[in-house]
Amino acid sequence: MIRRLSAILGALILATALIAALIGPTLVPHDPFTQDLMARLTPPAWLGGTTDHVLGTDQLGRDYAARLVYGARISLLIGATAALASGVIGITLGVLGGFFGGRVDDVVMFAITCRLSIPLILVALAIVSAVGSSLPVVVLTLGLLLWDRFAVVARTATMQVRTLDYVAAAQAAGASLPHVLWREVLPNIAHHLVVVATLEVALAILLESVLSFLGLGVPAPLPSWGLMIAEGKDYMFFEPWVVVIPGAALFTLVLGINLVGDGLRDGLAVRRG
Amino acid sequence: MALFLLRRAILAVLVCLTVLVISFALTRIAGDPAIAIAGPQATAADLAAIHLAYGLDRPLPRQFLDWVWAALHGDLGRSYLFRAPVWELVAARLPVTLTLGGVGLGFALLIGPPLGVVAALNEGRAVDRLVGMVALLGQALPSFWLALMLIIFFGLRLQWLPIAGLDDWTGYILPGLVLSFSAIPALMRLTRSGMIEALASDYIRTARAGGLSRASIVLKHAGRNAAMPVVAIAAVQLGFMLGGSIVTESVFNLPGVGYLAWESISKNDFPVVQAVVLILAVIYIALTLGADLLNALLDPRLRATRA
Repeated sequence: MIRRLSAILGALILATALIAALIGPTLVPHDPFTQDLMARLTPPAWLGGTTDHVLGTDQLGRDYAARLVYGARISLLIGATAALASGVIGITLGVLGGFFGGRVDDVVMFAITCRLSIPLILVALAIVSAVGSSLPVVVLTLGLLLWDRFAVVARTATMQVRTLDYVAAAQAAGASLPHVLWREVLPNIAHHLVVVATLEVALAILLESVLSFLGLGVPAPLPSWGLMIAEGKDYMFFEPWVVVIPGAALFTLVLGINLVGDGLRDGLAVRRG
Repeated sequence: MALFLLRRAILAVLVCLTVLVISFALTRIAGDPAIAIAGPQATAADLAAIHLAYGLDRPLPRQFLDWVWAALHGDLGRSYLFRAPVWELVAARLPVTLTLGGVGLGFALLIGPPLGVVAALNEGRAVDRLVGMVALLGQALPSFWLALMLIIFFGLRLQWLPIAGLDDWTGYILPGLVLSFSAIPALMRLTRSGMIEALASDYIRTARAGGLSRASIVLKHAGRNAAMPVVAIAAVQLGFMLGGSIVTESVFNLPGVGYLAWESISKNDFPVVQAVVLILAVIYIALTLGADLLNALLDPRLRATRA
């Protein structure tokens, strides 16, 4: 019961973020980029601010609610596309390794070991700094670095599936190798991969915020939540809400996605078991 | 056993070599490093002089081999920015990062496994769910944001702990706590599942039937078996923590390797970036190798299946 409730809570959080990302900018009456230097660091409405800027304004007088909502768009966009890119790499490697075994599997395992041994944040920062920070660069960098869990899970799941009758039947019936992998193996390991995908979306969102916080993620003035926290850091001693608000949004979204992932895992396990 | 050790060691060496290639490639994806050294206003003659001075005029494979050869002899090049050998820069800062990693792991081991044991002993009950919830919350916390929140709360409101720098050992407490959060969920989950499995096994039933006390059963018999995978994961997590120190060190202004790397990245000081990537990777490889060997020593079953 509690598990179901937490999955529903997660779905609600995710749905709210999705709605904010899709139509939020039309709901907030301000533009996230327009500066108003006369109204810098206005506190949120409940801390003595005005209802015009419900969540207050940042150090350049930009509406915080508008930036927060726009930030949801960036977080979800990067989370989903980076997870997609890493999924393509990881699942390809994992399925090949798990299906063929032997030398192929050795190579795949070696690639996973190498990937795990390089320091993630450091290398991501170095790549983004060398190539120049932009949205596509951040997505591709994260995609190139986050495929390990996809590969591990796809590999193990493929190993379990490859000896089953329907795979043997398809092969006996003369199905081509791509057909067997694409139509027989992949659909039958997909439920594991969906759970991994939620974890990776959450991780990619967290990593993007780290990169942006350290000044090498999404370039300003785009309102990434990590960048908002970095920009607010200098003022947090007097106005803690400037870092509390975007951080709380980030924390809630990642928590929501993880809850959905847990719910999916339990739900799919029950259905199959 | 010997075969297992050999295979594992060869793998570690191969991974090291690959990491060498990757860290070398990292500094070349941006194009000519000479431009980074000389700045955007450099003339063609300046660039040619730098090419000559740093050996950048040689073919790429030759440059790579030169770098590897030097690295194997402990020479990691010179920093463009600090105008000093990279090894000296790193060696001066490594103790801070290692201490921080140690403190972080200490906190993680104090919090994670005990929570896991408590959850396992109450499997399926409210306490178990509560612990699971804590792990989930910990997993979703952005480390840099947690760091800022701790600074605001403990440093500014309560004024209990220093918020930046390292005047004495108390400077390690908040950064260590932040770092430990990334490892606690994994350690907790693993301890929990290991304990549940161990408690359901035959030898525990035998011990119970023999009339041993609950504490003795939990700690001595089940704990020992559940501890093995935890040791392996703790080593891996320590490696991740050292890699994650770049965030913690830059938030708390700690003069460690992570802070050095961040500084070097933002100032295009490639030899330092390259070296830190390499050193952190080698530490990680050594840690996982050590953990595997320790596991093999502790658990004879592992030797048989893997070798």
